[in-house]
Amino acid sequence: MTLSTTRRPRRVAAAMVATVLCVGLSACADDSDDPIADSSDSSPSTSGSASPDSADSGTKLSGTLSGVGASSQGSAMEAWIAAFNEKYPDATINYEPTGSGAGREQFAAGAVKFAGSDAALSEEETTKAKSVCGDIVQVPLYVSPIAIAFNLPGITSLQLKAETIAKIFDGKITSWDDEAIKADNPDADLPGSDITPVHRSDKSGTTENFTDYLKGAAADSWSYDVSGDWPASGGEAAQGTSGVIAAIKSAEGGIGYADASQASGLGLVKVGVGSAFVEPSADAAAKILASSERAAGQGDASYAYELDRKTEDSGTYPVVLVTYSLACTQYASQGDVDLVKAFLSFIVSEEGQQIAEENAGSAPLSAEERDLFQAAIDKISLKS
Amino acid sequence: MSVDVGLPPAPPPAPPKAQKAVVRPGDRIFFGASVGAGITILIVLAGVALFLFIEAWPAITADSSELPNQESLVKYIAPLAFGTVLGATIAVIIAAPMAIAIALYITHYAPPRLAGVLGLAIDLLAAVPSIVYGLWGIFVLAPHSVALSRWLEGNLGFLPFFDGPPSATGRTMLVVGIVLAVMILPVITAVSREVFKQTPQLHQEAALALGATRWEMIRMTVLPFGRSGVISGAMLGLGRALGETMAVAIVLSTADVVSFDLISSQNSGTIAANIALDFPESSGVKVNALIASGLVLFAITLAVNMVARAIINRRREFSGAN
Repeated sequence: MTLSTTRRPRRVAAAMVATVLCVGLSACADDSDDPIADSSDSSPSTSGSASPDSADSGTKLSGTLSGVGASSQGSAMEAWIAAFNEKYPDATINYEPTGSGAGREQFAAGAVKFAGSDAALSEEETTKAKSVCGDIVQVPLYVSPIAIAFNLPGITSLQLKAETIAKIFDGKITSWDDEAIKADNPDADLPGSDITPVHRSDKSGTTENFTDYLKGAAADSWSYDVSGDWPASGGEAAQGTSGVIAAIKSAEGGIGYADASQASGLGLVKVGVGSAFVEPSADAAAKILASSERAAGQGDASYAYELDRKTEDSGTYPVVLVTYSLACTQYASQGDVDLVKAFLSFIVSEEGQQIAEENAGSAPLSAEERDLFQAAIDKISLKS
Repeated sequence: MSVDVGLPPAPPPAPPKAQKAVVRPGDRIFFGASVGAGITILIVLAGVALFLFIEAWPAITADSSELPNQESLVKYIAPLAFGTVLGATIAVIIAAPMAIAIALYITHYAPPRLAGVLGLAIDLLAAVPSIVYGLWGIFVLAPHSVALSRWLEGNLGFLPFFDGPPSATGRTMLVVGIVLAVMILPVITAVSREVFKQTPQLHQEAALALGATRWEMIRMTVLPFGRSGVISGAMLGLGRALGETMAVAIVLSTADVVSFDLISSQNSGTIAANIALDFPESSGVKVNALIASGLVLFAITLAVNMVARAIINRRREFSGAN
């Protein structure tokens, strides 16, 4: 009898141990995965696919080219790669949209041959990149309008000045029937409901460009720094473009910013430019570069811009996101030179810009800009 | 009583011959495999800790201007650590009583067949990926929580937890707590169920024989017996809730604050979710700062697990977890 009573619990105990172990293990599994991913991450990902294995510089392009960077141009990049592959079936281009920060960092460390970034390289990164690159090619090949979208039943469009937008996102204007909003929209039937400003909870190039716009165009009402992390307090935070859109849709009176191609179905803000109001469109966004100034001192092939958010030119939509393509002017192998040159030339071409407009709603570059950037890309050569 | 019944008398103590125990290849393989597995776990754990520490070091020593908040690392991580603990605590407060009730129902009330089905259903909850819980939270739970938040603010607004103003989208700490509670329910239930099942039949029958009702029997025998198991289950759940990433990342509306307010749109973020949200666009020391926050999370989780272990060990004989 004693035997039987002692034996049974033991068997249960064994089962119990098994359960707890399973639970423990599955809980651990998450943790133990990460460091492996991270540690392989910290050693540059040049190994494997990233290294171009072909130095064949014949008429036909071949080999593998890998880049990382901004996810904002992810869908455009997919389309570019697909179209490029049709032209050069032997060439393989990989682009990992892991983020601008990762792109700049890995490019500056020489871990990848090209990268995409929603912000220009910092001074420190430029110096670092120049040590592996010779000079750097930094050209804004992807320009995309950021829409300011809102959810008010029955209203599809509102006119807002930059000052008003800044105050709304800073929580200074809290009601839709505020005088500042009414003044620019005399005909709109504005409700007295609360405004729920929505911003990104993740760090993003969209936020960086949007806060850059607010600081540039409404410096008096926007005291925060330009930052990929939302700098102000107040408002709702949501993850990613889709999260922001979902949050705006779920709250009546919500307003937020998102890539214009994703904002369909919501009311759109016409942004005050000079004395007019401009709605987000690819054409209006494309004009921003023409009125902006090129940042000095980064080299002949670098076209980093101080975007002119304050522009008074009524045809320009100043709330745009600019993604730079980064490459070296000197590569050690002819294969790399040919591939990078061919791929960036394809992106900058009229055809490439059109593909991006169709697939990602971006703003096509003007002919002059295309020539300008093509000249920079042509500086890519073999390291002597 | 049972010693001298039918057992053969113990053999006289054998003279210690210099005979080696038989060892077959299977023994060696099994020994090697199990020792190897045990050592690997330790190496992996040490490796993780070392990695976190080495990668966090640049952020710890960095100039304040390079940090994400441009102030200090402590100020950066503190709200995140607070949010992590707050969310996980809410989850355990909601999930633990429910899990105990479910476990008791399965072990002591439900007809056996139903108990089996119910146990399976609970285990299935554990198999749902956390991102799915996140989507459920954001698209179903959050919009429906808005009315509740408003009611809480109106009627219980004097409590710091329901200070408001309530969020218009429902992406609040309260919703995160509920989502996490559902996620950790299976863990706590499974552990509680196993411990409750272990309650000696004799104890239970004795209680019933003394005239206890079923509830009194459970209170006098099952619950005291299972207490340490339930606590360790709750700690396991807490550990999972602390580390949950994706569900929190998509649901929670975060701000850089320390706030007990559960229903507003200004919530403290959590460490794991913050890493997921900020890592892709971070570079330089900011990555190190994120890893430093990961080190803090590692320390918190380690502390929770050690407390759980201590509680289990204190009543080793009753717990199934040793």
